[in-house]
Amino acid sequence: MDQSRIRNFSIIAHIDHGKSTLADRLLERTGTIPERDMREQLLDEMDLERERGITIKANAVRIDYEARNGERYEFNIIDTPGHVDFSYEVSRSLEACEGALLLVDASQGVEAQTLANAHLAIESGLEVIPVVNKIDLQAADPDRVAGELVNILGGTEDDVVHVSAKSGAGIDELFETIVERLPEPEGFPDSPLRALVFDSYYDTYRGVVALVRVVDGALTEGDRIRLMASGQDLDASEVGIRRPAIERTGRLGSGEVGYLITGVKEIDLIRVGDTVTQAGDPATRPLAGYAEPKPMVFSGLFPTDGDDFERLREALDKLRLNDSSLLYQPETSRALGFGFRVGFLGLLHMEIVRERLEREYDLDLVATAPSVEYRANLVEGSQRIVQSPQDLPDPGSVASIEEPYVKAMIITPAEYIGTVMELVQSKRGEMGEMNYLSTERVELHYLMPLAEIVFDFFDMLKSRTRGYASLDYEPAEYRPSDLVRVDILLNAQSVDAFSTIVHKERAYTYGRGMVHKLRELIPRQLFDVPIQAAIGSRIIARETVKAKRKDVTAKCYGGDITRKRKLLERQKEGKKRMKMVGSVEVPQEAFVAALKIAED
Amino acid sequence: MSEYRSDSAALADLAATWKSAYVHVPFCRRRCPYCDFAIVDESNDGSLDHETYVDALVTEVGMESDFGPLDAVNFGGGTPSRLDPKQLRRVIDALTSRFGLKSDVEMSLEVNPEDWTDEFGRGLSEAGFTRVSVGAQSFDSGVLEALGRLHTVEMIDATVQGLRACGIRSVGIDLIFGHPSETGRSWTRTVEQAMEIGVDHISTYSLTVETGTKLSRDIAAGAPAPDDDVQADRYQQFEEISQSHGFVRYEISNHAKPGQVCRYNLATWSHGEYVAFGIAAHDHRWGVRYRNHQRVERYLEAVATGDRPRLGVEYLSEQEQERDRLMLGLRLAAGTPLTPTARRFAASDAGMAMVEAGILEIGAGRMRVVVPMMTDAVIREALSVSAADC
Repeated sequence: MDQSRIRNFSIIAHIDHGKSTLADRLLERTGTIPERDMREQLLDEMDLERERGITIKANAVRIDYEARNGERYEFNIIDTPGHVDFSYEVSRSLEACEGALLLVDASQGVEAQTLANAHLAIESGLEVIPVVNKIDLQAADPDRVAGELVNILGGTEDDVVHVSAKSGAGIDELFETIVERLPEPEGFPDSPLRALVFDSYYDTYRGVVALVRVVDGALTEGDRIRLMASGQDLDASEVGIRRPAIERTGRLGSGEVGYLITGVKEIDLIRVGDTVTQAGDPATRPLAGYAEPKPMVFSGLFPTDGDDFERLREALDKLRLNDSSLLYQPETSRALGFGFRVGFLGLLHMEIVRERLEREYDLDLVATAPSVEYRANLVEGSQRIVQSPQDLPDPGSVASIEEPYVKAMIITPAEYIGTVMELVQSKRGEMGEMNYLSTERVELHYLMPLAEIVFDFFDMLKSRTRGYASLDYEPAEYRPSDLVRVDILLNAQSVDAFSTIVHKERAYTYGRGMVHKLRELIPRQLFDVPIQAAIGSRIIARETVKAKRKDVTAKCYGGDITRKRKLLERQKEGKKRMKMVGSVEVPQEAFVAALKIAED
Repeated sequence: MSEYRSDSAALADLAATWKSAYVHVPFCRRRCPYCDFAIVDESNDGSLDHETYVDALVTEVGMESDFGPLDAVNFGGGTPSRLDPKQLRRVIDALTSRFGLKSDVEMSLEVNPEDWTDEFGRGLSEAGFTRVSVGAQSFDSGVLEALGRLHTVEMIDATVQGLRACGIRSVGIDLIFGHPSETGRSWTRTVEQAMEIGVDHISTYSLTVETGTKLSRDIAAGAPAPDDDVQADRYQQFEEISQSHGFVRYEISNHAKPGQVCRYNLATWSHGEYVAFGIAAHDHRWGVRYRNHQRVERYLEAVATGDRPRLGVEYLSEQEQERDRLMLGLRLAAGTPLTPTARRFAASDAGMAMVEAGILEIGAGRMRVVVPMMTDAVIREALSVSAADC
């Protein structure tokens, strides 16, 4: 295809603003999918994506459009994950496009995530077409929303396209706008091949399937290719496009988007962001912007049933086939047994991985409280990376601890400004800019510790603004903070699974809460069991599980010794599932419950 | 026997050689709300003639192989005092002719105060009963009502006095503690009153919520439940008062004045042998434990066709008998001899933790639970250590 008739674009939208419906409509209108094969959210293939209405993996689909000028155009819609956790993937997907549709619900207005992604698109040099969706809704206020979009993007309200993805109203105008306003790709068809890998997934039969955007040259089946970042040489065994079903074409020219199969099974060999070139005629420079995935949030995952450890390992290995950002290493906890320390891109990523492990692999898991990556500066001068609270050295040997701060952007209705400011301040946020998107909606910028966001900030923000505020953040810097590790001790023995690094001011609240919950969850023993929260050797909270005083049954009537013995043996069997913390017997359920409560 | 203290080790060891018989009398005027025993609730089902049941008992006794002579006979229930003395006498005669009785045999039964008449007492005396346990349960009329009992405090007094007048050698009462309607003071008064009326033996049972009972349904519906700590307190209160009146605890629930130990009780906990008759009765001899049909119809049917009315059987190896002896002996104040299994338990982590917690004591060749209310915690661990042998 002539590059002048190719349009590559993504659709940026907040959850529920109608992105998938719009994509469905575009496929249907161009006859890409016969009507009988249509189903909702066609591009979201994972069950979890359909259920939650979110996109986790990027996707790309080719549609052919015959414009009013009589020319046939090739559109490649690149569906990107919308969530902040996947911003690296988003940035790679945007890199594969020349334009973007910024889709906003006419009844809701711009949300923080949309805005962040719109900024990302503008920074990547993309032409952005503002689109107001759901104009047929009763609560729609398309003019106000169009005003917000103009405030953000500049231009005039005439530039804003009004559609209803559901009814199809305005869709034809949108097609024409795409043809007119979005630029054609700018690659050099005759230069050596350079293609960007913007996503990849694992297919049981085909191995790793990479989604690529050819920038320069052409990618042809049978070529010996090279991945410039990994240095790996491979064979391009199959090349084609997706509609969204795979369609083998044998070749992708400059400006085109499609898939590449090499027969490779290890997803690490074909990483998102890498550049594909010809092994025999390599490009001199890769495309810009490759980065290693960097986990931001860490949590210990332990099978409730210790026998499931191997199954958990296999499940993680399988998930990783499709998700090279998932990092994990074995971890042993005295309280929870064998498990893994897992690094995630963010909270949503963590939630998704946990849910997939439980649902798709039928595992019952206990997760320790999520933590961020700290840097401990030791008195002797070196620095230690701390991904798990247990890794934090003794307070005495630590000179200072640094924690990751993020740039947070919150968009909220103006009436909640005070509430939001108060909340952010209580979470150690430092206020930056504040912009009015319209008279009713405000954009607030903060610098705040990631740990606070990971803890409970998002839920609190949502509940205090009745769900109207939205949040986005990006890594900013490391800063020294007054942090301490709170340990929980049972009968003077520290329980590793409960250790948490918190700001000094929150240590007492955390310690008291945890001690109190545990007192209710731990069964009475033969002796008093003190439960303490401590910072180093200093006890900050204490409660006691009083010794059990009665454990006996009344007489066995009629000399029924057998029944009595069997009852006691059964009770003893039940006790075998107890974990021993020192001399204290703790049912696994108590750990699980305590960690669950800590999450709430 | 009177030369022994009630909690003496020598007595407990001697009791292990005694031979006893148990007879289950299932009839009750009405089921108590906390009871899950195998009984016939005559307020619901009065169709079973007592005489028919006694006939079956007599027949069943005749089927038993040689055993005895008997050191102790006990009629339990249900409510044995629902039978008249003549009927009880028929069963005693059957036992006597089948097994023979020792000259100093203990012949005991449970009597409910609402069944007491002087005539009934004379009948017991004539039938040869030497020991009676009165189902008093409490001297607090509020608690008696809450327990669903049919008698009054006055009836308890009349029964105890009447038994004395009839010359019954050993008179005991049963008490239940820890019902939510009981207070610390009302329990103290109950115990003091039990001391005042002058009994020789007291059995104290903590109220236990058994599944399927009215009590457990009431609690599920929101009624207050018995509290373990309160029951532990009440147990301690009882120990203090009863000891100052000369009672000695010889088993978790059983306390006797000198020479007044219930032989049948002690023999059971000392791992002695016993034959047993009637529904849901369990016997234990030669390392075999049999249990009888629970349902009256099945029981009567089996006996009528000349079969033993067995529902099940458990054959115990030497090691399993050893384990049972350890388990039972831990309930005794005298404790259990330090057999190889007991020694292994003593040396185990769990055993040492028990000693450290002050619950278990080892010395003079024996092992004793010194906090009786924690006995099951000890037995559970002992069983898991001894399970390796079985």
